[in-house]
Amino acid sequence: MSTPAPAVPTPGTDTEGLQATATELARRSRLPGWFVILWRNRKCRIGLLMLGAFIVVALFAPLIAPYGPRDDAFPTSLGPTGGHWLGTTAQGEDVFSQLVVGARTSLIVGLAAGLLSTLIGLVIGLTAGYLQGWVDEVLSFLINLGLVVPALPLMVTLAAYAPVRGLWLIIFVISVTGWAYGARIKRSQIITLRTRDYITAARFAGDGTARIIAREIVPNMTSLIVVGFMGAALGAIGGEAGLAFLGLGDPQTVSWGTMLNQASLGGALLTGQWAWLIAPGLALSLLITSFTLINFGIDALSNPHLRED
Amino acid sequence: MAYFARRFAFFLGTLWAAVTLNFLIPRLQPGDPAEAIVSRLAGQSESVDPAQLQAIRIMLGAPDGNLFDQYLQYLGAVVQGDFGVSYTYFPYSVTHMIGEALPWTVILVGVTQIISFIVGTLLGTWAAYRRNSRVDSVITLGSTFLGTLPFFWLALLLIYVFAITLRWFPERGGYGGGSSPGWSWIFISDAFQHSVLPAVALLITGPIGWIIGMRNNMVQSLGEDHARLAVARGLPRRRIALTYGARIAILPNVTGFAIALGSVLGGAVLVETVFNYPGMGRLLLESVSSRDYPLMQAIFLFTTVGVLVANFLADLLYGFLDPRVRKAETA
Repeated sequence: MSTPAPAVPTPGTDTEGLQATATELARRSRLPGWFVILWRNRKCRIGLLMLGAFIVVALFAPLIAPYGPRDDAFPTSLGPTGGHWLGTTAQGEDVFSQLVVGARTSLIVGLAAGLLSTLIGLVIGLTAGYLQGWVDEVLSFLINLGLVVPALPLMVTLAAYAPVRGLWLIIFVISVTGWAYGARIKRSQIITLRTRDYITAARFAGDGTARIIAREIVPNMTSLIVVGFMGAALGAIGGEAGLAFLGLGDPQTVSWGTMLNQASLGGALLTGQWAWLIAPGLALSLLITSFTLINFGIDALSNPHLRED
Repeated sequence: MAYFARRFAFFLGTLWAAVTLNFLIPRLQPGDPAEAIVSRLAGQSESVDPAQLQAIRIMLGAPDGNLFDQYLQYLGAVVQGDFGVSYTYFPYSVTHMIGEALPWTVILVGVTQIISFIVGTLLGTWAAYRRNSRVDSVITLGSTFLGTLPFFWLALLLIYVFAITLRWFPERGGYGGGSSPGWSWIFISDAFQHSVLPAVALLITGPIGWIIGMRNNMVQSLGEDHARLAVARGLPRRRIALTYGARIAILPNVTGFAIALGSVLGGAVLVETVFNYPGMGRLLLESVSSRDYPLMQAIFLFTTVGVLVANFLADLLYGFLDPRVRKAETA
């Protein structure tokens, strides 16, 4: 498809120096090659650092949060102060503590729903692309259907009937509505891969379909799968925030979406508690930014042409 | 011709699937949504027409009768456009409520989508024309950054800044208390004022997909052989960019237009909710929070069918614009 070009360093000031350090770092600590390529890309490096910070916050949330996220023993609608860095909610809860715990929810939803919809997309896309024929016709129809049905109204409709909206229900609803895009890309990728010589060679060597898919095809679309996962995780994080903002999230879980929902209902606009409104949205867009930045690096991983910038 | 026949078959297929999905969703639920609605309606003081109760059972599921009979009855009701009565707006039928809300969303989403498409395609073309320049990086990085901002959060910030703090625009609703819907100048200007902030909320992130898509397509089409030949022939740069690059690059954006409609509708649900804008999105959410299942199901069906029709039209347009597609599908 594309001829690999050597990574050409941009004529920037410090890029060469950074690249040298990156290569050296890889040699010394024996980091895997893909990580070095990702780390070498400046945008991607920033994204990885940002995501790393979010993961640390999510892992140690109970230690970082100064108060319980639902602890409402404080004065209501307080602006940012020394005791409450981001002020308090209309119910008297600490906004900063909620923000820290909310990072956990977003990452769990992103990881779980991202994995689940990538898996659905992988199975359907691979089956359609490899088997072709009527199976492909039927599955392609399903994929195209999944692409055109408006996701948010479908999520809202599915969530509306649920008597108890737990976090896993939300994850399930997001995954069933968000797999189609990845499936389509994987299907078209496998169609170009299945006629390659090494696949034919494997078939002549007597390998079964399952083995060819697992050993020959999937390893050759790793970066595509990773990009697909990132996209699905991104969509899931946004989807959870949207559902929770509409009041259709898990009422037991503190998330950035529920925070914005309560800020909007609780009159953060009128009482002027701006931190309650700004912080969750900003956190959400920073998390999404980190994913987008990492994707630049992953693109460079799969397409050597892009390594030039 | 085979291309158009195939597209039409796909349209009919998806239409059938959407209608069937709408039939299955309430029936897969635990409990009995139809009986819940029927008993709540019966509890109201106004008398409920048995025919209306029957319509609700057809839409949401009856306790007796086999699934296939229910399905046939349901298909008949959908063909006749009979979706039952709304539980919250009781005497009114579901179709009436949707008829009230539909124009608001169609105008809001339609106008913002068209503006987004034009602005996005122009900016994308510009970025590709001056690729790897400062203009390019400002446009691509700027849109990447703006694309990370959540719709509904932007909408809340817009209200906070422009409606509450600066008081430039009305805060919520579709029109003021003094006017009523109609073709009067007062109403139209009032509705326009109310729609500025929701439109801005949709327009901030709207063009991004077109910018990125157009830029990437055009950078690619400028690298193709015929564009290189044009360079070798010494044609002016601007002419190469517009007639050799942009003309081909715009094609995928046309189909993208319809596919994006689904996600734009999602954004519209959020934005309408924030602004309390009287469109389909707010109606959907209202129906969800009051457990008005007949209304909710009908809104889901209407939005899905709307997106399907838009996709079908885009497919037809694409077939007219790009002869290669017609050939590829017949082969």
